[in-house]
Amino acid sequence: PPIVLFYVEFERKCRSHVSLLCCHASCFGDEDNAGQFFSSGHTNNWAVLVCTSRFWFNYRHVANTLSVYRSVKRLGIPDSHIVLMLADDMACNHRNPKPATVFSHKNMELNVYGDDVEVDYRGYEVTVENFLRVLTGRLPPSTPRSKRLLSDDRSNILIYLTGHGGNGFLKFQDSEEISNVELADAFEQMWQKRRYNELLFIIDTCQGASMYERFYSPNLMALASSQVGEDSLSHQPDLAIGVHLMDRYTFYLLEFLEDIHPASKTNMNDLFKVCPKSQCVSTPGHRTDLFLRDPGSVLITDFFGSVRKVEITMETINLTDPINPVNGELQIRKYSYVDQLPVSEIIHQKPKQKDWHPPDGFILGLWTLILLVFFKLYGMKHLKHIF
Amino acid sequence: CLSERRRGQLAALSIAAVVIIVGVPLWWRTTETYRAWLPVNQINELANLQLQLSADVEVVFARGTVTPEQQKKVPTQVVISLCLFCSSPLEADLSLHTLSESPCGSLVVYVIPESSTLLPEDVDVYIGQRRTALLRIGAQMRVGRTLEQLLAHLEPRIKQVLQVMSFSHTDITAALSDRVRLSPGNKESIADSMRAFKSSPGYEITFSLLNPDPKSHRVHWDIEGAVQTYIQPLLTKLAPLANFSIDSQTLYYAMLGVNPRYDSSRSAYTLNSDSLAHVINPVEARLGSNAASSNPVLNFLLYVPDAHHSPLHIHDHKKQEVLSNAFHSPRWGGIMVYNVNGFYGPEAVFPVDININMAKVMGVFLAQLRLLLGVQSSAPPPGFLVAPCSSTGLADWELDRLMWSRTVENVATATTTITSLAQLLDQIGNIVINDNIAQQVSSAVTSLQLAVAELEAGNLGFALQYSKEAILASERAFFDPSLLHLLYFPDDQKFAIYIPLFLPMCVPILLSLLKIVSEARQKRRERQAKKD
Repeated sequence: PPIVLFYVEFERKCRSHVSLLCCHASCFGDEDNAGQFFSSGHTNNWAVLVCTSRFWFNYRHVANTLSVYRSVKRLGIPDSHIVLMLADDMACNHRNPKPATVFSHKNMELNVYGDDVEVDYRGYEVTVENFLRVLTGRLPPSTPRSKRLLSDDRSNILIYLTGHGGNGFLKFQDSEEISNVELADAFEQMWQKRRYNELLFIIDTCQGASMYERFYSPNLMALASSQVGEDSLSHQPDLAIGVHLMDRYTFYLLEFLEDIHPASKTNMNDLFKVCPKSQCVSTPGHRTDLFLRDPGSVLITDFFGSVRKVEITMETINLTDPINPVNGELQIRKYSYVDQLPVSEIIHQKPKQKDWHPPDGFILGLWTLILLVFFKLYGMKHLKHIF
Repeated sequence: CLSERRRGQLAALSIAAVVIIVGVPLWWRTTETYRAWLPVNQINELANLQLQLSADVEVVFARGTVTPEQQKKVPTQVVISLCLFCSSPLEADLSLHTLSESPCGSLVVYVIPESSTLLPEDVDVYIGQRRTALLRIGAQMRVGRTLEQLLAHLEPRIKQVLQVMSFSHTDITAALSDRVRLSPGNKESIADSMRAFKSSPGYEITFSLLNPDPKSHRVHWDIEGAVQTYIQPLLTKLAPLANFSIDSQTLYYAMLGVNPRYDSSRSAYTLNSDSLAHVINPVEARLGSNAASSNPVLNFLLYVPDAHHSPLHIHDHKKQEVLSNAFHSPRWGGIMVYNVNGFYGPEAVFPVDININMAKVMGVFLAQLRLLLGVQSSAPPPGFLVAPCSSTGLADWELDRLMWSRTVENVATATTTITSLAQLLDQIGNIVINDNIAQQVSSAVTSLQLAVAELEAGNLGFALQYSKEAILASERAFFDPSLLHLLYFPDDQKFAIYIPLFLPMCVPILLSLLKIVSEARQKRRERQAKKD
């Protein structure tokens, strides 16, 4: 507990010093255990939605992510607070019979690729490294605002991952993996820097529960579509498009979220009941031991929506000075683009001086071989002619 | 002339020697990750930091408060004759200010006699616009009191003045609230800490005019002049805290996301407080932001209701009309509704030209800006009178208060950043630590130590500067893009890669060494047998 001492020294002079010994800074790191915190509020919401698989037959993963994106936008989170990572482009894929659409229900009932989808990381930019950089904030300084997760200590973050996974890993782009240890470490780094107030982690992959086994930072709640050893199954194929459109868990999650509106009071216990084994075939799991509030008191809109707190402004300041007229007319400055294609420079360019490189390995090897064969054939006595 | 056997043994031994003495260290050095040296001891010391804040207080006794004999005992050089005939404490304050300029972080308390008519009846303390306070001696101190009694009487009252004007326990703990979440004692301080933006080296302020009905209203606002006259003085005063950049925009056809209800009793449209929370989101999607910087953005929106929904009033929980017709959202900004239906009659030709009264608008925005930047809004204790707001919108002592809490916050944040970075780098062994990171960490540690020393000495200006440098350096070190742990390079994988390469090579060496050893042992046994 903080120790505060008031020490007032009142000398018989004009000056006096008042010192306050403030609380120890040792309460910074060690007091992070659960009992210390109380249910604090959040002031803004963020969402990081990631689809990790490419290729046309993984259409359903993109549709999953876009359905969650759509729900989250509908409930109020603006694009500036959503980081959407799609590993492949299904809407404009050559094999899409209905271009510029991504459907989530068969018979093309619901197009989740509306006209205001803003994808922040696309195609090959979706890598494990970029994902970890977004979470921890270690992006190069040239990264624009829309690609950053600018959360603070009062942000509630929703993280949704989908793709192909296994026991303890999630596959990115068919060539690399992120392990549950790395994910847990990334969340711990976020916690150390207080980059979130509360975090909801949803994963829809095979054996998804293994991904949240290793979490150890406080204020995390996790949901997965299947337990270790189980596969998450896809929902329904559409015969016209020719692939499965959605995964079961996210399909029922989308149905559940369609009933939520910004003012609804549904809580997390209802979310845990989404997609029971009868509908999903796999057993969805959840983890709330690291979360400090009771899940029954956590609203769905705490994570999926963005309900702002507002206060009425009671005071105003009485300003009486007249406005000084701004001096002069607007100074018109002419801007122009730099010459994009300096043709004259290109035509009259001198050939660039190439740096000298030592001969390639192949050439060296070839010559060594020739020399060896020569000396083997004709004997070592010829060596003295060379050297 | 060495025998074959001997030559073989020597060869095996020398190869083994080369492998062990040269090979293994070379392999170890070339495969280890580069980690520059970090001042870990100093960082651990920082974790047990004790902050000591001291503020200089100068107490000046006016004529009439101390008797002439006591005057000799108190080694004062200045016992001034206050302008006791000034009509208001404000004039007295202004005239006092011409005496001396108090440096940042210090206070001057003028003790005036009980009989003075400078302050109104029920007011004991007057807090001026600069760093001065007028304190009236209590009635019990009138007759026959000694200097010690006087000083003992004044001590708690001066402490109370200090708590209002400089810092108090609650302020400091609120500044540390994101590091140390304390028990839910004070709801107000929690609300304050949630409302104000976190300390940041820069802020972006955006003023937006929302005109949903350009067909009816052609709205003009002199935003440049208004910002220059009303907002810029405040921001210039706050320059030691952060950089501010201001821009403005006009949005057409931007509706509020909520339908206001018509209240026939007041013949106006109303927005009640519950629906205010849903106003911001649809609008926010249309406000841009400066893509180049990652600074927090403060949005101030001025909404001119369309002709069909005018006038529009905001009602609070008690269904009373809000005078300012404005509301604000913590850590986001503020929205004000400006009704223009009074400017034209029913027979006006649309579109009507409307000039907005910027003084009224900026009065509201300035108040919201103060709240969002962290200037405290709590009422002063009973018996205190606070001077009205100056034209800049911020009193000097309010600025000092802000600086105290920001300095403490910066020191706390930088300390936690550095200690957690050190912990992190310790835990994850395969992160490369470059020289520039080590340099940033060292400079952050130095700046922190300097900031703490300056806080102890009471130099608020320098302390704030050092704390800002500490924060910048620590953030730069923590968020350096190179600090990503090498993926697929944990220690067990390192061994898994090199063992198939080195083990087959080591097997003949080992076997020959074993052969040498067994032969030597056999020879010794033979020699032993020969001896016996």
